[in-house]
Amino acid sequence: MAEVILTVNTEIGIKVEADVITPDAFAGKSKSDIESLQVWQGPKQLPLSAFFDVEGDAGSSAEDTSIVIKGETSRVKRIGEKMTAGKITVEGSVSMHVGSQMEGGEILVKGDADSWAGMEMKGGLLHIEGNARDHVGCAYRGKWVGMSGGRIVLGGNANNNLGGGISGGEIIVGGNVGHYCGIRQNGGLIAVKGNAIRAVAAEMTAGTMVVNGTIERFSPGFEYVANESDLKFDDIECPGEFMKFLGDNAITKRPKGSLYVNQAANMDL
Amino acid sequence: MVGTIVIKNGSVYDPLNEVNGEKQDIFIKNGKVVSELSDADMKDAKIIDATGKTVMPGGVDSHSHIAGAKVNAGRMMRPEDGYKATMAKTDIAHSGSGETVPSVYMEGYEYSQMGYTTVFEAAVPPMEARHTHEEMRSIPMLDMGGYLVLGNNWFMMRYLKEGDIEKAAAYVSWMMKTHKTYGIKCVNPAGVENWGWGKNVSSLDEANIHFEVTPREMIEGLTEVNEMLGMPMSMHLHANNLGHPGNFETTKESMKMSSNVKPNQDMGVEWAETKIDASRDQSVYLTHMMFNAFGGTSWRDFESGVKPLTDYINSTDHVVIDSGCVPFGEATCMTGDGPSIHDLSVLTGGKWSNTDVELECGSGVCPFTYLKSNPVHSTQWAMGLECLLLVDDPWKTIMTTDSPNGGPFTKYPLVMTWLMSEKFRDQTFSECHPWANDRSTLGGVDREMSLYDIAILTRANTAKTIGMAHRKGSFGIGADGDVTIYDIDPSKIDTREYSDLINKFGTAEYTIKDGDVVCHNGEITKIADRRTYYTDVSVPDANEKEMLKDVQEWFRYYSHGFNHYPTPESYLKNPTAIKLNTEQ
Repeated sequence: MAEVILTVNTEIGIKVEADVITPDAFAGKSKSDIESLQVWQGPKQLPLSAFFDVEGDAGSSAEDTSIVIKGETSRVKRIGEKMTAGKITVEGSVSMHVGSQMEGGEILVKGDADSWAGMEMKGGLLHIEGNARDHVGCAYRGKWVGMSGGRIVLGGNANNNLGGGISGGEIIVGGNVGHYCGIRQNGGLIAVKGNAIRAVAAEMTAGTMVVNGTIERFSPGFEYVANESDLKFDDIECPGEFMKFLGDNAITKRPKGSLYVNQAANMDL
Repeated sequence: MVGTIVIKNGSVYDPLNEVNGEKQDIFIKNGKVVSELSDADMKDAKIIDATGKTVMPGGVDSHSHIAGAKVNAGRMMRPEDGYKATMAKTDIAHSGSGETVPSVYMEGYEYSQMGYTTVFEAAVPPMEARHTHEEMRSIPMLDMGGYLVLGNNWFMMRYLKEGDIEKAAAYVSWMMKTHKTYGIKCVNPAGVENWGWGKNVSSLDEANIHFEVTPREMIEGLTEVNEMLGMPMSMHLHANNLGHPGNFETTKESMKMSSNVKPNQDMGVEWAETKIDASRDQSVYLTHMMFNAFGGTSWRDFESGVKPLTDYINSTDHVVIDSGCVPFGEATCMTGDGPSIHDLSVLTGGKWSNTDVELECGSGVCPFTYLKSNPVHSTQWAMGLECLLLVDDPWKTIMTTDSPNGGPFTKYPLVMTWLMSEKFRDQTFSECHPWANDRSTLGGVDREMSLYDIAILTRANTAKTIGMAHRKGSFGIGADGDVTIYDIDPSKIDTREYSDLINKFGTAEYTIKDGDVVCHNGEITKIADRRTYYTDVSVPDANEKEMLKDVQEWFRYYSHGFNHYPTPESYLKNPTAIKLNTEQ
């Protein structure tokens, strides 16, 4: 696999829209071709080399291309947007829309991500070792369907609206989530190891949500079914005793959404 | 010289002059088609070699929703529409975004890229006319006009109930001038008024609340007024029960109502020379027929009801329809038919917005996605094409998607290609739900339209039907110098290679407006000047005085003052009045 190393060579002021940083856009290009790819900064279009030093040539196809990004990248948006194959490793943090609408391949962010990470993702793996902000794997504003495939692994915490409108794929959160986690979920799996605040799985019609920590304010539209222990969804294991709820009855008369809540952490339910 | 151009040696399709692909040169001087250019003119003229290319008059869209309050409501409730299609700014063009409800600038550019130069907004609520004109003023590249929604107007309902046709005519003429609009639009007559009470009307003889007027009375009355005034276009009808299974019977009955009405187009304008009589033949223009051609009694036994309607249209000469085709994918349904949009939102569980425009009409907006996998949607796709392919005479049909109700206007190239290629239709049949084939007759149709037919459906007949053929839709001497050049060689056309056709209809090689190249291979090369057409009609002074007394008395029910009601000409870019009854 050919490796291209991008190193930030300047202090980035206005955020940069770098949707060209994908193995798909790099494929078949030499170092100088990659340097001249255009990114937007505010109203201006500039070559990638204005912000990054480029080392190495890309592979002949996206599958054969690995991109490593070094330096202070927390003001770079849209890294890996719509990528279909290959690999991106970001050694620091990223701004909004990392892996938005991605269809395949792998993105590893060693730091934090801003909002809209993995928005409407269709396939591939997005692994964020740190925290993320709002709308992880969510539908865009006004849209009904969010993430539909692939996997998002989040090491730290997420803020609001994680997995909004998710219809397929998996989101695994190591830490806590904010409000409206999995709102309008209609498929897929969301597993949260930490706590949630309120409106968890609100308006859910199908899919599975597991919360291992405490839910501060439980949604009223869910109906208790039974207890289950040591849950397993393919390779995702959730050990412990869980209460299973079906919902959201506020939206549909025959809800198919399953909400599992750790019994020990939610004694008041 | 600005607006002077020669298009040499192209294969010309000009149905109003019965030119069917013959190699001809088109000469345009100062923005108008002329028979030839002098040697002196030729020196300064731009010359385009169109050898092996298809040359048609600029596209004319007679029914599209691209300006006004409900379009803006659509934009506001669909933030997700913005990021799906974007356009970067250039040195001369604005940036823009939106797929089904693009921003105003992008609407103008996208129409121009497809070779269109003239578009009429299909529904202007009187009170929103200023707003609509402000938006039209900002849409570049296109000549425009708007149809005034009058089918549920309190004054119209009252006058027609009382049988006071003189006052009704006086009101219409005053309203056209007041709001600088072009024709009469009638949406779910008598039904939308009931929507104010959460109701609708379901048959043509059901009287509505308070006004106790029936759809039949409204349709007959508006048609009579329309011809009395000699309006450029016939009454533009969006029939009752739209979107309900079984509504084709209502539609057929509605069309029949004007069978004995003689069209009377009385415009004081200069007519471009055309071989065929370019004045309109029809007394009713039924719009988006597909949505009014539902068979069956419920969504379970839903089927196409197009055949009985096209049988009727084939047997008579007083109807022109536009299709309202469904090209699949995202759409934003928006119409003055408030109750029909509410039904739709209940069906989808999606977003919905509606308005009651005080004393005048109502409207609704609801995003919608047409899926090939859905039995009803796929049947609707087949029905839209049936509307055009089952009518023998293309001069009775117009191609639209009722943009953005059936789909955005940017999908016209798909529809044009389905009409021309049986192979493409077969391909789509194989991808969509079997209902499309089982519940329509489209599968048995082997008709493939020619470029000549397409020119009728998208140019000649649209212009003729709405009374714009005196300057649009032909290359007659004196016509506007609007030209589309497609990179399609008619002698080598292969309708089995349909993806090529789709691309070429999608991006015209040249779009020429008023003799200037405004778009070349998809790139906007000049921001074209635009005009707004409206109808200027007069009635006897006494009638107008009497009518105005009523209007002023009822104006206390409006939430704003009478003096703020009219749209001044300053709201219009290049206001172009079409004067009627000039002999009076």
